[in-house]
Amino acid sequence: MNKEKCLISGNEAIAEAAIIAGCRFYAGYPITPQNQIPEYMSWRMPEVNGVFLQAESELAAINMVFGASMTGTRAMTSSSSPGISLKQEGISYMAGCELPGVIVNIQRGGPGLGNIQGSQADYFQATKGGGHGDYRMPVLAPATIPEAAELMMAAFDYADFYRTPVMLLSDGILGQMMEAVEFKEYKPVKKLEKKDWILDGAQNRAPRSIFSLMTAPGALEKHNWKLLEKFNKMEKEVLSETYLAEDAEILVCAYGIMGRIGKAAVQMARKEGIKAGLFRPITLWPFDKAAAAGHGKKAKKVLVVEQNLGQMVEDIRLAVEDNKKVFFHGRPGGGVASKEDIFEKIKGLVK
Amino acid sequence: MKAVYTKPESLKDTVNSYCPGCGHGLVHRLIAEVIDELNVREKTIGIAPVGCAVYAYDYFNFDVAEAPHGRPPAVATAIKRCLPDRIVFTYQGDGDLASIGTNEIIHAANRGENITVIFINNANYGMTGGQMAPTTLPGMKTTTTPKGRDVAVAGYPMRVSELLSTLEGAAYIERVTLIDPASVVKAKKAIKKAFLNQIDHYGFSFVEVLSPCPVNWGLKPLEALTFIKEKMMPYFKLGVIKDKTAGLKKPGAG
Repeated sequence: MNKEKCLISGNEAIAEAAIIAGCRFYAGYPITPQNQIPEYMSWRMPEVNGVFLQAESELAAINMVFGASMTGTRAMTSSSSPGISLKQEGISYMAGCELPGVIVNIQRGGPGLGNIQGSQADYFQATKGGGHGDYRMPVLAPATIPEAAELMMAAFDYADFYRTPVMLLSDGILGQMMEAVEFKEYKPVKKLEKKDWILDGAQNRAPRSIFSLMTAPGALEKHNWKLLEKFNKMEKEVLSETYLAEDAEILVCAYGIMGRIGKAAVQMARKEGIKAGLFRPITLWPFDKAAAAGHGKKAKKVLVVEQNLGQMVEDIRLAVEDNKKVFFHGRPGGGVASKEDIFEKIKGLVK
Repeated sequence: MKAVYTKPESLKDTVNSYCPGCGHGLVHRLIAEVIDELNVREKTIGIAPVGCAVYAYDYFNFDVAEAPHGRPPAVATAIKRCLPDRIVFTYQGDGDLASIGTNEIIHAANRGENITVIFINNANYGMTGGQMAPTTLPGMKTTTTPKGRDVAVAGYPMRVSELLSTLEGAAYIERVTLIDPASVVKAKKAIKKAFLNQIDHYGFSFVEVLSPCPVNWGLKPLEALTFIKEKMMPYFKLGVIKDKTAGLKKPGAG
């Protein structure tokens, strides 16, 4: 891959960024709109002596990532919403076994088979659990393709540092569109230690095991408390962007592609003399409550814009602690609010 | 005095959780003996199933991973692809392999993954208390077939070895049992071949073991062995079901 500026689709940029970050195992299953990721990996992985596997199912794919991760190999899978539902089993086991790995969700409309348009309908699933059991998973949401590449590299670092599955939550629009990307040199965002827990054969050491079944009295509770300590550390890794939020009377809150469109709407409002600003969370879990609360409480009104029926709005309400001033505009099922739509909503709130 | 029978190095010196007369402990021992004899303990990674053998990591003295129910072949696939010079095997029961994990075992076999699979067929779900498995015999009573398995309702026992033998990727498949010393010796020979095949890069090797489950069958240990001989063996025929390695030159260096 040419490291100079290139025009590339979101899906392919995510795949290349993973390779640059040292990902050497990919398993996936075809589903639109993320097929460019496995297609790219199918020829790119062999070039770097990595493993590409087209799995028989989403279940098998995530369990292959689970296995590859046990060997210390940086591993990932990708899918879109219905396929991500199937991967929840493996994600929960990875959380329980404390295994790193990166899961990319190029969201499409739902529920059920839904459609293949871009969507943000999986916010709850990504940030509130998804799989069974008491666990937390970092969720990174890019708004542009260069940012997707950057976050993809960081995702592997967070995964290894905290020994946890990490999700890159994108959508069909960002996955399919093309943009100029200048791939940055990979520099870990965390100080990473040698993995002293992997399974590679018990040579000159005691045998190791990796498991999540803990039936001895108190054993699981102890493990859960230990995981909580880790989740508390993970919770400090918040990332968010604010734009003209300092003096904003109308604060637009949106993430991912809607954050990008929301920014354009804020610019339109400013041209009309309306003091609008933007809060865009980049990590959806952990959620930057402090920034949301700080700017949201200062603003007269808060407008949450999502490509769904209202999911992140619940986190904004919890942060702002004033339901009367939090408003929502959403388009489900693949609908996309344009900057003009959002601008109209902003104008409506000023009246 | 010379010790003629000792615990294999590949087994930990611990008490296991298996019921009296159960076949799991015996098969664990056979695997451990084979791994010792092949001198591969320090490069072996086993995959434990969900079921009675879920605690295999407490018994085997080498690296062991626990997989979600039915997924050991997918987990083993990834481990072997990432570490091709290690010895990777799955140990699975009939609920794990023949029911919830049919997709994973079929595709691992079809890809010709160079792994070894030990499949324990005891005709029921042991750990959850004796429910019907895909391998439960017609008319056999279980906690979910209290009047006996009615094939009109629950279908027929699945012959997994024969099913897998149709796949080009499967190199070696044999069905064995544990009903007497001679059959135990044969079982060990099959298990050894299944590991040797992996060392010699022959690809997917699979050993099905008809194994006693006296507690859930409601039989005494000796009666359970008679049950295998009289009821299971006529339906699940013993022997080599497929061997693509016979007469072939070894494909790669061990």
